[in-house]
This record gives sequence, structure tokens and C-alpha cells, in this order.
Amino acid sequence: MSTAAAQPAPSALPPAGAPIAIRCRGVTKHYGSGDARVVALRGIDLDVACGELMMLVGPSGCGKTTLISVIAGILDRDAGECTVFGDDFAAMSGRARTRYRGRNIGFVFQAFNLIPTLTAAENVAVPLMILGEGRAAAVAKGRDMLARVGLGDRARSLPSQLSGGQQQRVAIARALIHGPRLIVCDEPTSALDHETGHVIMRMLKNVALQQDRALVIVTHDARIFGFADRIARMDDGRVERIERPSATGAESA
Amino acid sequence: MTFVALRMLTGDRAKFLGILFGITFASLLITQQVSIFIGLMTRTFGFVTDTAQPDIWVMDPKVQFIDDIKPMQDTQLLRVRGVAGVQWAMPLYKGLIQARMENGTFQNCNVIGIDDATLIGGPATMVQGRLEDLRASDSVIVDIVGARTRLAKPAPGAPRDEEGNIPADWPRIPLEVGDTLELNDRRAVVVGFCEVSRTFQSQPVIYTTYGRATQYAPRQRKLLSYVLVKAEPGRDVQNLCRAITEQTGLAAYTGWDFSRKTYMYFMKYTGIPINFGIAVALGFLVGTAIAGQTFYNFTLDNLRHFGALKAMGAGNGRLLGMIVLQSLVVGALGYGLGVGAATLFGVTAARNSELAFRLLPHTLVGTGVAVLLICVLASLLSIVKVIRLEPAIVFKS
Repeated sequence: MSTAAAQPAPSALPPAGAPIAIRCRGVTKHYGSGDARVVALRGIDLDVACGELMMLVGPSGCGKTTLISVIAGILDRDAGECTVFGDDFAAMSGRARTRYRGRNIGFVFQAFNLIPTLTAAENVAVPLMILGEGRAAAVAKGRDMLARVGLGDRARSLPSQLSGGQQQRVAIARALIHGPRLIVCDEPTSALDHETGHVIMRMLKNVALQQDRALVIVTHDARIFGFADRIARMDDGRVERIERPSATGAESA
Repeated sequence: MTFVALRMLTGDRAKFLGILFGITFASLLITQQVSIFIGLMTRTFGFVTDTAQPDIWVMDPKVQFIDDIKPMQDTQLLRVRGVAGVQWAMPLYKGLIQARMENGTFQNCNVIGIDDATLIGGPATMVQGRLEDLRASDSVIVDIVGARTRLAKPAPGAPRDEEGNIPADWPRIPLEVGDTLELNDRRAVVVGFCEVSRTFQSQPVIYTTYGRATQYAPRQRKLLSYVLVKAEPGRDVQNLCRAITEQTGLAAYTGWDFSRKTYMYFMKYTGIPINFGIAVALGFLVGTAIAGQTFYNFTLDNLRHFGALKAMGAGNGRLLGMIVLQSLVVGALGYGLGVGAATLFGVTAARNSELAFRLLPHTLVGTGVAVLLICVLASLLSIVKVIRLEPAIVFKS
């Protein structure tokens, strides 16, 4: 699904009146030093509103993953300002930042990152156990959450006994179980076929996205652009433009 | 997260068993080698501990260990008896004498001659017969293991050559009461069997009276090996040792000190400690290498999951706790299996052989410390790796 022919829309703004979930201003980040120095982010300005699904798209090496890592507080920025629900990771100690992530952010990874020796329900329960909840209670909640993503009958299955799509649904259940306010997803559909990718995206949009929650997805997969509320096109460490999916010619949900 | 840590550890059976094998192997080797070493070292002074009645052993000052006999004149016994504070002092002969076997071969035996009148210095445990039977003419008491092995007699019906010798490979049966031995061309009649601590050289031990032992012994001017002394009640034994030395010029040690002197001689002048030390060190190093490498590989394989846990809010302390727990669990299991296997080996092998094996609580503690050290070393690399791990690794495909 080509997007080259699409005319850039005027920089799309977040929904009027919606509270801001993520606010980035002039965020820069580099890796290495000297000749090996690589600038990954060159002054990113980005707002994501609560209840909004924002996609970060662009060619490999454009800084999408670095930006999502900075937003999720697992990578330090060099300069600029970045707040999540008004909280700035840079102002927090390492321990506070870890605790904040545990409570407020859910992760969905490209490679699912399910622990292979835990059952689906146990994998889903991991964030609750990290927050200190007992195993039995956490796993019971994990089973309930699996039912919400349509895998109630696979609670006892190991990841190796599940298909790619089912594993990603387990990962989504894991990202949601502790009620985080921000969910970051890295290429959630790249390992899935077209149909399963759409099922996953529908689930993310229906189950994960709520008025008080924001969703940021890094993707190359043009087939799912239509699910976004807005799409930030990145290149060479910058946000080139922010569009609404109708302007990209992307496939509709 | 304890549950998650344990499931991560045991989920991959091959890796889990690899780590377990490394620690079990180290634990087994350390326990077994140290126990054999202690068993051997205990044998060096086994005769001293077997002879429990005297408080003090008096000997020539040049004696370095129990089997380093420097015979004294019999008059030394009287001099020792003359020291104030000595309740009694008895002679003891200890020497190697060849016993001629029925099949014509010779066997070196440790012959112990004890006081003819009191029989002080005799074996603590009789298996058959009575110590008093030594008062019979030509009588000897043989240690039961020697009687069953090195001094065993040919089975009935053995063919004899022209000189009356029996083929060496003819089956043998244990000595019995009433059998005779030939000690230095003299007749000795077995009147009983006793239990003794195995000696370092594992030679059979034969008890007889002092007077008879000096007849069995090759003719020498001096024959008194040791004087066994009992201190008067309430008398300080160390002070009495000093008094005996001052008044007779002989060396006098308590049983404990003489055992220690013997033990230290073997430690200092034989290659035993270094040989066993190398085996123990090797067990430790190999165990550390296997366990360390497998554990590190296990961590590397799970690095992505540790990264994911870190991203999801598990702090370094919690991840460190998970690794330490994994390490301790595998260490405890490996320690138990290793020590159990070593004990089983010791109990079964030592029961039916000459194997020196003595498992002390100190060895269990020492092995536990060594295994703990292996676990710490094995997990250290993993801990460093996980602590340095950037959670952003989870977004790298």
C-alpha cells in the first residue's frame, strides 16, 4: 500500500480538548561518540492525547524505536522535554522510573517476549507479580484477561503451543492486565499474517484504547495505518509530518 | 517473582541439568576427596586413638610419628615410673614382623606387645575371644580385617609343592581361633580377633604380650617402643608431660598431641596433602567452570526476558534476587546430590574394602561453603550482565 502519492496533510493536531498523555519538545538522542556518533533523534516535537492511537512510521533507522524507548522511560534522552501524563522520567530516580513504568506503561513487543516456560495465564500475570501481587491471585486475573482477548481456553498453554497471533494476544493481555495508562507497541503485527494482524489491531483498538489511555505503535506495516487516529512520519531522527490516516491512503480498518 | 525465577530455571531441562551436573560434580568430588584425605590422615594415628587407657605416651625424643620407632632400653620404664604424679607406666612394643603364610609367602604384620600382667594397651573391641586369652602360651590376637584378608589361610584341600608351599592363587578363607602363624620362625596361636582402626599401610595388626613380642622381634639391644603412662587423678597431664621430659630426657605427649604430631608429620613430609589438594581444587575449578558457563549461557538465553521484565517494571534488585535465587536453588540441589552421592560411595565402598573414608560435619560445611562460592562466582557474571542490561534491548529485533 503505497503512501508516496499521498499529499501531506497539514500537521494534524491532537483532538481538541482531550488531555495530553505524551508531550515531547525538542527531544534529542545520540548513540556512540567520535566517529561512531549516531544522532537518532534531532529535536522531536510530538503530542499524543488520551484516548488516541498514535502510530510512528518511517524507514529503518529513522529513530522510531529510540523515540518509543524514550517515551516509555527505558532510554534516557540527551536534551529536550518529554512528559508522560505530566510526569518527566528525567526528574525521577532509577528506582522511581522503574516503579512508574511498572504501574503506568504496558508493553507489546514485536517478538512477543513471552517467557517460554510459563503458561499463557502466568505470562499475563507477570506485571501483577512485578507489582507484588501473589501468584495465585495474579494468575486468576491473568486467566480473566486472557478471556477478554479470546484466549480463555488456552490459559494453560505454553507459548510454544500457541500460534503467532495467539502469542501476540497473550502479549496484549499482559500489557493490559495492570491497567496501564500508556501502551507502547513495537511492530505488533510484523510477525503476523494480514488477517491476524487486523484481528490484533482491532483488539488493541477495542480493548486497549480507552478515554484515559494512550496507545503508541511503532510500525512499518502500511496495512494497519488505517487503525491509527494520527500517524507521525519520521525520517532521519525527525518527525517530518503528522497525518490522519485518511490522508495517507492507508488501508482502512 | 520467586515463581517466575524458578520456572525460568527449571523450564529448560537440558540447561538446568547442565548447571546441576556441574555443581553436583564439584560437590561430590570435594566431599569424596576430602573425606578420603581425612580417612587416610586418621589412619596415621589410628593406633593412638585405639589405645585409649593411657594419658601420656613416652618415647625417644627423636620419634617423629607413631611408626617412627626409636627403641629405648627397658630401664626407661622404671625411670618413668619414678616420676611423681605417674599412677602407672606400662611398656609397649610396636614393630613390623614378618609372618610366614601357609602358602610360603610372607606378610608384614604390625605386632603390638602389651604389658604381660595388666594387658594395658590392648585392643578396645574384641570380636571373638577374650583379651585375657593372651595369657595362654604363644597366644596372639589378630585384627579381624587382617584375618580375613592378608592373613587368610588357604582353603582346605590345597595342593603342595615339593617344599610344602601352596599355590599363591589357591582360594583362601579367614583365620580361625586355634590357627597358628609363624612369626619370625616362632609359633603363634590365634586365640581371638579384635577390631582396630585401619593403619596407614593397612598391615594386619597382631596383639600379644610384651614379653612374647620381644621374642618374636629380631634380636636387638633395645626393644621398648613406648611407655604408656596414666596420670594420678587430679594431676595436670601437660605438667606431668613436662616433668617426665625434664626428669628422664624422653619425649612425653598426651594422646591428642601425639596424634597431632603424627598427623603433622604426614602433612609436612608426604605428598598426600598436595595430591588431595590438587584433586579438590580441580573439582572446585571444573565445577565452577561447568556451572559458571552453563549458568551464564542460561542467563544470556534469558537476557531478552530479563530485559522485558526490566522494561515492565522489575528493578535491578528484583532481577538480582531472581538470579541469586536460581543460583542458590541449583546450588542447594547440587550440594545435596553431590554430598549424598559421596556419602553413598563412602558407605558402600568403605564397608567392603580398604578405602579410607571419613565424612566429618566439617567437611559438609566446607563443601557447602565451596558450593556457595561456586554459585556466587557462577552467578556473578550473570548478575553483572543483567544489571548492565538496557531495558531498551526489548525493542531490538
